[in-house]
Amino acid sequence: MRMLLLAGTALMALASTAATAQVSNNTVKIGVLNDRSGIYADLAGEGSAIAARMAAEEFGNKVAGAPIEIVVADHQNKADIAASKAREWVDAENVDVIADVPNSAAALAVQGITRDKKRIFLMSGPGATALTGAQCSPYGFQWAYDNYAMAAGTGRALMEQGKKSWYFVTADYAFGQSLEEETTKMVKQLGGTVAGSVRHPLGTADFSSFLLQAQASQAQVIGLANAGADATNAVKQAAEFGITQGGQSLAGLLLFITDIHALGLQAAQGLMFTEGFYWDLDDQTREWSKKFEAKAGKKPTMVQAGVYSAVRHYLKAVEAAGGDDPDKVAAKMRELPVQDMFAKNGKVAANGRMFHDMYLVRVKKPNESRGAWDYYEIVKTIPAEQAYLDPAKSGCPLVK
Amino acid sequence: MSTILGIPPQALFGQLLLGLINGSFYALLSLGLAVIFGMLNVVNMAHGALYMVGAFVAWLLLTYLGINYWIALILSPIVVGAIGLVLERTMLRRLYKVDHLYGLLLTFGLALIFEGAFRHFYGVSGQPYPIPEMLRGGQNLGFMFLPNYRGWVVVASLVVCFGTWYAIERTRLGAYLRAATENPTLVQAFGINVPVMVSMTYAFGVALAGFAGVLAAPIYQVSPLMGSNLIIVVFAVVVIGGMGSILGAIVTGLSLGLLEGLTKVFYPEASNIVVFVIMAVVLMIKPAGLFGRER
Repeated sequence: MRMLLLAGTALMALASTAATAQVSNNTVKIGVLNDRSGIYADLAGEGSAIAARMAAEEFGNKVAGAPIEIVVADHQNKADIAASKAREWVDAENVDVIADVPNSAAALAVQGITRDKKRIFLMSGPGATALTGAQCSPYGFQWAYDNYAMAAGTGRALMEQGKKSWYFVTADYAFGQSLEEETTKMVKQLGGTVAGSVRHPLGTADFSSFLLQAQASQAQVIGLANAGADATNAVKQAAEFGITQGGQSLAGLLLFITDIHALGLQAAQGLMFTEGFYWDLDDQTREWSKKFEAKAGKKPTMVQAGVYSAVRHYLKAVEAAGGDDPDKVAAKMRELPVQDMFAKNGKVAANGRMFHDMYLVRVKKPNESRGAWDYYEIVKTIPAEQAYLDPAKSGCPLVK
Repeated sequence: MSTILGIPPQALFGQLLLGLINGSFYALLSLGLAVIFGMLNVVNMAHGALYMVGAFVAWLLLTYLGINYWIALILSPIVVGAIGLVLERTMLRRLYKVDHLYGLLLTFGLALIFEGAFRHFYGVSGQPYPIPEMLRGGQNLGFMFLPNYRGWVVVASLVVCFGTWYAIERTRLGAYLRAATENPTLVQAFGINVPVMVSMTYAFGVALAGFAGVLAAPIYQVSPLMGSNLIIVVFAVVVIGGMGSILGAIVTGLSLGLLEGLTKVFYPEASNIVVFVIMAVVLMIKPAGLFGRER
């Protein structure tokens, strides 16, 4: 018995020294980089930092014997600011992981840096499919959603309702263009047609001209390939111009629960779109979201819940690899199943895409809602294999 | 179907009408800026923030006190005007004798503070503000569907714009005001209280921004960012019209709205820079602006 105890303690001591020795600078430093003041600040912003801290707390703020440290920064939706911050973090501050980075243009810039400098990049905010396609990285993981999933979910649902002609109102930058492209592909593949599109600058307040053009196209569906404040203003003004009363359907291709909250159910009711997460799915999500709400003052978006899930999975991989060596951790992240309140039986594909179930939701009518944040009716669950693009077709050079 | 420059006439008329609607916002905001600059020589960078505050006051009145749109339309500009009065009395007044630049920096700082504070408390996604019951729905004009509310916006802002122009250019009070800016000492000697007049002018100018904010609330999300998006365009409008020119602000506001509408038809990607291109061209040809006087 004594021998056994002795051996045990010796082993444990050995294990812990071995582990700490393999954590660089003896800290695991996670940088949450996102929009903290602009149009995406509510759907990511401080909420994403809170989510990352919640994941770290689950590990007692320690992993593989080393303390976890979380730092945050605002990229102001500018790719150049995102790139210089990422560089500063990696070069001067020993940041091991960069998380979130909504705004695809910013994320593409960070992806390049983390690929060159071998740092793990946990993308929850950006939607561009290139991040796990042509621009994929051995260290880059796209977590909560992507534009293909949005297009596949919402596009297919509307096509099945017999709404086959589309017109797009698109935010004129990397994300919007990619979302329009993915949805166009999906619509055409399912036998639909695209009547045209109009591109608006990011951060447009007045959508009336664009909506009027969409209305004149007489397409059955007007697809909004934009997000955040752009999407809410477009939805609100579409109602003003009587677009849905005129028989056209409005498809928000990327909407977050904070957008619905901001619009109010009166304006948002009936919208159908694809989501990666909803706080009211089951007991686990409700419990986590309640904890989140206590800290953030609102329910989490899929981006924020995704940051939690990605950071948690990363920390598990560090633990399993016994250190934070990026190559080993990346391999472990691909090897281990993702199992938490966000993703049930999720798995990470070779291109860095995390496969998890998505949900097609419809926004409730004001009289159907039982209270604050009771906004969605889950129309159906979209299984992960249907929701995401086959990695073999993603164009990512890592997939052989 | 016949077309005008490759665009069906229906679409063209529709876009022109929408341009007019946006133009009336530009006119209303640049009018306030022009009044303040013309009378006080202050480049009021806080104008956009006060426009946002105007919208928020309407939203707060509705949400917490149940006060409806029509009362907010009067109450909110009064609140914003009062804020303006306080700003003028406590801060701006100290800067009249120094370079314009100080006033510009001060008001810019104030704008950041206002926006930051509202962002902290209400987030960036904005708050919904419903269209008043009476103005819901719209008219089918044949070439487009015109929401009643937008029609009302054009009428309301045109009335306010030309009312202001009339008050300044055609009434005795306006004459005093114009005289006071040219030679305050002399006007004071006639027994007119110039400092009070100046304070009231600033308050009135920003109240116009507050009024525009209430008009905008049902169209856009009431968001802390709504002012900063608009202010740069409005400044361009004022510069094109001629700094301080009342009529210039109104006419250029409306016509630039129209031009922007046309750009959205022909080349939408450029719709948010067309105003600046025009500004550059105008400044090259006529540095004082279209209606401005060389000083």
